Amino acid sequence: MGKYVVSTEKEQQEMLRSIGMESFEDLFGHIPEEVKIKGELNLPHGRSELETFAKMEELSEENKVFRHIFRGAGAYSHYIPSAVKSIVAKEEFVTAYTPYQAEISQGILQSIFEYQTMICELTGMEVSNASVYDGASAAAEATAMCRERKRSRVLVSATANPEVIKTIKTYCHGSNTPVTVIPEKDGEMDLDLLKEALDSETACLYVQQPNFYGILEDCDKICALVHESGAKLIMGTNPIALGILKTPAEYGADIAVGEGQPLGMPLSFGGPYLGYMSTTKAMERKLPGRIVGETTDAEGRRAFVLTLQAREQHIRREKASSNICSNEALCALTASVYLSVMGKEGLQKAARQCTSKAHFLQGKLSEAGLTLKYEKPFFHEFVTCTPIPAGEILDKLEEEGILGGLPIGEKEILWCATEKNTREEMEKVAVLVKEVCGR
Amino acid sequence: MKLIFEESREGRGCSILPPCDVPEVSLGEYERKQELHLPELAETDISRHYTKLANRTHGVNNGFYPLGSCTMKYNPKVNEEIASLKGFTGIHPLQPEHTVQGCLKVLKLAEELLCEITGMDGMSFQPAAGAHGEFTGMLLIKAYHESRNDTKRTKMIVPDSAHGTNPASAAMAGFTVVNVPSGSDGCVDLEKLREAVGDDTAGLMLTNPNTVGLFDKNILEITEIIHKAGGLCYYDGANLNAVMGLVRPGDMGFDVIHLNLHKTFSTPHGGGGPGSGPCGCKDFLIPFLPGKRAEGEEVLSLVGSEKSIGNVKAFYGNFLVVVKALSYILTLGREGIPEAAKNAVLNANYMMYHLKDLYDMAYDEICMHEFVMDLGRLKKETGASAMDVAKALLDYGIHPPTMYFPLIVHEALMVEPTETESRETLDEAIQAFREIYETATKNAEELHQCPKTTTIGRPDEVKAARHPVLRAEL
Repeated sequence: MGKYVVSTEKEQQEMLRSIGMESFEDLFGHIPEEVKIKGELNLPHGRSELETFAKMEELSEENKVFRHIFRGAGAYSHYIPSAVKSIVAKEEFVTAYTPYQAEISQGILQSIFEYQTMICELTGMEVSNASVYDGASAAAEATAMCRERKRSRVLVSATANPEVIKTIKTYCHGSNTPVTVIPEKDGEMDLDLLKEALDSETACLYVQQPNFYGILEDCDKICALVHESGAKLIMGTNPIALGILKTPAEYGADIAVGEGQPLGMPLSFGGPYLGYMSTTKAMERKLPGRIVGETTDAEGRRAFVLTLQAREQHIRREKASSNICSNEALCALTASVYLSVMGKEGLQKAARQCTSKAHFLQGKLSEAGLTLKYEKPFFHEFVTCTPIPAGEILDKLEEEGILGGLPIGEKEILWCATEKNTREEMEKVAVLVKEVCGR
Repeated sequence: MKLIFEESREGRGCSILPPCDVPEVSLGEYERKQELHLPELAETDISRHYTKLANRTHGVNNGFYPLGSCTMKYNPKVNEEIASLKGFTGIHPLQPEHTVQGCLKVLKLAEELLCEITGMDGMSFQPAAGAHGEFTGMLLIKAYHESRNDTKRTKMIVPDSAHGTNPASAAMAGFTVVNVPSGSDGCVDLEKLREAVGDDTAGLMLTNPNTVGLFDKNILEITEIIHKAGGLCYYDGANLNAVMGLVRPGDMGFDVIHLNLHKTFSTPHGGGGPGSGPCGCKDFLIPFLPGKRAEGEEVLSLVGSEKSIGNVKAFYGNFLVVVKALSYILTLGREGIPEAAKNAVLNANYMMYHLKDLYDMAYDEICMHEFVMDLGRLKKETGASAMDVAKALLDYGIHPPTMYFPLIVHEALMVEPTETESRETLDEAIQAFREIYETATKNAEELHQCPKTTTIGRPDEVKAARHPVLRAEL
């Protein structure tokens, strides 16, 4: 059997004796018999490292790893530079806890400070926290930041990622906050219905840019409408897209959140990912979670600490701005190393290639018989209508080792292209699609 | 040390992507005009920068880390390697089910084993951390009462010794928090609990062993009081390392729990996450669990429930963390799980025993996996506070215990050695504590100056909060 206990049985006995005990029974003697497990748990016997590895490797091989991926919908296949993987595997970073002891945690603290700066740069906002669990929980936490006594209703665009909408609803149900979903019209949020819904009780609107269908919404107009009514605007954005897209700050958003997974995190069947959150100076004290600030020590040396802790659960308890304690620090580190390796030029290149390749793919698919559902500007995702059931097309692609777009209706597919997809690959997809559609 | 932005030199960079092989597209008015500052560095510069940061970080592998209530045990390397297998990392969460059978088997097997360990019937891995699991558990209790139209149950009972996330999670789920004071023995005061319950009681949040490191012997009576009042009992799994394989929350009367896979089940903390805080429950609460669970015999599929509370995040949780925890459980197995708990408790008692002649213990009796020292007398007599002792430990290369928690003990230091430390490490730490005590009695002023060997001295936290500088000026 495998174990990580250090002491040998002999050492354990010696230690027990040194504290005046004969056996482990003495040590656990004060626990009432009626709650103790009788006998053993029904677990498999322990194994050696070799056996565990073999068993888990076998499980991993029961999954199909697609070499060619054209599916996004909230999780994106980007190239991860080698330096990112090796740097974030450093065991000091991996095995540390939350940096409570600043004097021996300057490395983690500085990395978070640098991360906060980069998120501010990407979104154009003024303040960022140290991360939350993922993009969906970031959106939900953002709605809580906007809630006021007289303004409690939360509006969410139906064109946002369904997982995010669901998460906002769950959090809001917790706090007894009413949620209204603003319906979609031609792939965008229906602005007439938004106008009707905005009133003096509206706390905020959550809108995703680009939205779930890849479409770029008219966020200038949306922001104007929301602010006219006195509510706050929360924008969910794709961080790679922000390499070239207009920032939430440029639109006038109050809070910018999003899924940070594209910044160097593998797909990993949905996690761990990274929720980023940034806001204006005016709202910084409403941010949930850890925030790192710069200060000095007694000798005037630059130092970083966890700060503005009066917002947090360990001080405020039930009155805290959120219950969050552990966040996704190592994923935040991943994002900052990714952004450092890519640099401004690299990130812009990745973003430009994403949108260019998506447009190329869309053109090819159109030639192959899949029409674009919405004639709207899009970033790196788009929806096509299919002449035959979507499943038939996707099965064909799967046979060739290609993960096609996500079926979102019987005859609708949501496609995605990133910098990883080559021209050759996309041309092959088009040929296969044409073949199966023409059968 | 310089910020990465200060090391940036115009024009430097890494060559990662090839030129674009399709015509380039512009998005015109949708493109940003706001400047974007990211560091411009060669790969050497970047590698060295982060190596410097790593050198300024203390992890479990750098030295002893007895941070109470955080279970800083060793993080086995094989689990990291398993979690980096392409067959796990390269899987899109929305792939067709027949292409993700391995992932679904991981989720199902982890659920089965963790349910056996905790005495629960079902579990969701969607919560990403302990507090997230607590929030999920609170929503389950809320959904249960709502399903019975028992809407008057708005109060959640939380002992005053609880971790801050407990009341915060209850509040996020819309409950009014009722704090019950602990008895002089650090355990739940049964009389006060009886007074607190009523037909508005939604439930109770509790850990056992509790936050002072003691096993509450009245646990069956406690959970019965809540059940009789019509409430449900929630178990905070933060302290499961003390009892896994020996006692199960499900047998103590708890209906819903969360676990911290990043504490008890050896997955690393990553400097503050990612963790994993699965929420487990008894049969009657399973329909309310969030997200989808892996179900089936030969072929597995992801199944959601109509009564589900919804989603607490996207997809199925921090999957790779679950992979690591499963690897750990498979390695330890039925023999190793209780053995870990026994040694965690032995190590804590060993340290406590060899310190209690000098330091006052908040509760001088057999502890579980951690114990709380009360430095009130030391401070009064010498002027050396819990903070001073903690900071002095830094100069010994030891990560200090949790300071000033639980709140019911002033000048508290909470020590949790875990089972993956050797007797020699414990002896060295005991020696360090003893030397510090001696210094405190002779010259407390010296302790106020600690730490002296770290890259910085005590930072000015007041300045940080009063004039927040939260990003670099570029």
